[in-house]
Amino acid sequence: MADGGKLSPFELRYRSLDKIIEKYGDRPGGLIRVLQKAQDLFGYLSREVQIYVADKMCLPIAHVHGVATFYSGFVTAPRGKYTCSICMGTACYVKGAQDVFDRFKEVLGIGEDETTEDRLFTLRATRCIGACSLAPVLAVNEDVHGHVTVDEVVPLIESYRAQETREDGDRIADEPDRPRADQGAAPPPY
Amino acid sequence: MLTSLTGLERIRERHRPLIEERLRDGDIDRPTQLLVCTSTACISSGGVEIYNALRKEVKEQGLEVDVVRTGCFGFCGLGPVVVTHPGAVLYCRVRPGHVTDIVEKHLKNREIVEELLYEDAEGVRRSILYDMPFFEKQRRIVLENSGLIDPEDINEYIARDGYFALADVLARWTPEQVVDAVIKSGLRGRGGAGFPTGRKWAFAAAEPGPQKYIVCNGDEGDPGAFMDRSLLEGNPHAVLEGMLIAGYAIGAGEGYVYVRAEYPLAVKRLEIAIRQAKRLGLLGNDILGSGFSFDIDIALGAGAFVCGEETALLRSAMGFRGEPRVRPPFPAQKGLFDRPTIINNVETLANVPTIIRHGPEWYAAIGTEKSKGTKIFSLAGQIKNTGLIEVPMGLSLRSIIYDIGGGPPPGRRIKAVQTGGPSGGAVPEKLLDVPIDYESLKDLGTIMGSGGLIVLDNTDCMVDIAKFYMKFAADESCGRCTPCRVGIVRMVEILEKITGGEGTMDDLRELEELAYDVKDASLCGLGQTAANPVLSTMKYFYDEYLAHVCDRRCPAGVCTKLLH
Repeated sequence: MADGGKLSPFELRYRSLDKIIEKYGDRPGGLIRVLQKAQDLFGYLSREVQIYVADKMCLPIAHVHGVATFYSGFVTAPRGKYTCSICMGTACYVKGAQDVFDRFKEVLGIGEDETTEDRLFTLRATRCIGACSLAPVLAVNEDVHGHVTVDEVVPLIESYRAQETREDGDRIADEPDRPRADQGAAPPPY
Repeated sequence: MLTSLTGLERIRERHRPLIEERLRDGDIDRPTQLLVCTSTACISSGGVEIYNALRKEVKEQGLEVDVVRTGCFGFCGLGPVVVTHPGAVLYCRVRPGHVTDIVEKHLKNREIVEELLYEDAEGVRRSILYDMPFFEKQRRIVLENSGLIDPEDINEYIARDGYFALADVLARWTPEQVVDAVIKSGLRGRGGAGFPTGRKWAFAAAEPGPQKYIVCNGDEGDPGAFMDRSLLEGNPHAVLEGMLIAGYAIGAGEGYVYVRAEYPLAVKRLEIAIRQAKRLGLLGNDILGSGFSFDIDIALGAGAFVCGEETALLRSAMGFRGEPRVRPPFPAQKGLFDRPTIINNVETLANVPTIIRHGPEWYAAIGTEKSKGTKIFSLAGQIKNTGLIEVPMGLSLRSIIYDIGGGPPPGRRIKAVQTGGPSGGAVPEKLLDVPIDYESLKDLGTIMGSGGLIVLDNTDCMVDIAKFYMKFAADESCGRCTPCRVGIVRMVEILEKITGGEGTMDDLRELEELAYDVKDASLCGLGQTAANPVLSTMKYFYDEYLAHVCDRRCPAGVCTKLLH
């Protein structure tokens, strides 16, 4: 984009969203695809983003909100940098996933679908991620960890915390392409 | 761009030697190809790193060996898995440190790397993939290419006679003949309910055109099942070819694969497959010069178990909340965008090319009287060999669990096997000799389901398992109809009471009554089957319910509030 340099990363995100709506908006069933891409862009589907999508796609806001809250794949509140998704499929459950989940709650001091105050971790119970042979399984963002035991929870969380401290030391300014947790809530720039 | 059968044949001839090398016995000490499993389970344990490291090492050493990524072999618990060809030597649990061993020892010095071989229950090391006891009772028809070809290369699928069923159908069959063949084959829906596929097609074929749709249901919702994912990851073209043949049979011009967004690799492989098929002209206008046109797109699910139900799936594919509706009208009459639509499961469609290639009689000879062909199952839970298997219908559950699955972990005792996930029920150990077919399982109060098999042993509490499934159903109920929305929540509350040590005999009676109410009065399959886990555990494990209620005791020691 020629004028890309002048736009803030945040404005760029709305620009990208426009393109997605252009591409998928007219297709029947395109709304779900648009919301998925919007969530990838903003990290979550804020009220503002939902209204923006409804507006651009000429749909009632209630319809967009209805869809955004129906599917477990959509989140309407900001998430932490690391989403810890504990698989609660049957195979993992019978291999002790509940204990692992409870340990996460205890260590992070948050409940299901909540985010730590430092905005670092969000805890989710997820449906089968299809790696049943490694049960119990959890994923931190995209990283899958198999055969997890209760005792491994603290070291695991610490390893991500340590990574964060390291990154903080290295980084001077906030990296531009990672959506910050609060950005999705800002109104569209134009 | 292929315009005739000749072009397809040329591709097959060109790539056949590559595949034949993988099917050849002997010369196990001179590998020319290394196949690395890159399906979700193996990737989770580091398969991609192994694949990249092997490629790098082979290249650096200047060896004439191909490193190929492939789909699931079935040994998901032993990943990452590498197989060398010719001869099919299987290496399990390959870590990055082993890459040099494989290259130095096997590729250069022609010695098998003993420590990476599979060790069976007797401690014997076995080297050849297809000599494993794991495969003895299996019959891989739908999975025949999974673990044999590169799923991201259409040429390899064509080399395995892929798209020849389609070419044949387009050149020589009438749509009616295709429908007849599928009826004759006895193929039934692999999503769980087992409706005869050919009859479904006949309904849609009878509807007036021109606009009709084929929808492939890849919304594998059963938590603890991964058949469809593995199939889409390991052999995506078979699903596309099945959709094309279905499209020709009923006169549809468009198809959608509805697949869960939680399966990013399956989505990626599908996208690649669709792109490659389009480039060769096997999708699009005037396919192979036949005048038949068909296009396929992907619709992503966003996480809702109810979307496995066909009317809910259609709503979701149209961009709405995935809420089911009353049938009739059936989707075959009024489906996607109110047009006649066929919705078939991934595995069902993947069976179709094989049926056309080998003939319906050949297919109907496999399996039992009413359940034909094979079924893919994913084995998980308290069992030694977790993984993906395909067996002929009619094999007993016991054979699957012990002969293929290797039985329970040491020192444990199998208590039951849950089939059909949250919509199914538990088959107790004493009834494991039941043959796998739709009717036999239904008689036991469970269903075939999509193929998830969860093995439960003496450390699992059946009341707790029932509660787990009911909580799942309560979470996933879409809220459209009252019996499901409210009834299931009430059932969860009663189960909480029982597992919390406060249950009474009245609670047990109410639980059972409610279960039947929810079953009878719910709108769609989710609610109608949601109570099955409770009903089947009450039928076969009532003593455990009684122990919780009368003795305030959890025999398996799972319900913490009852531990003294």
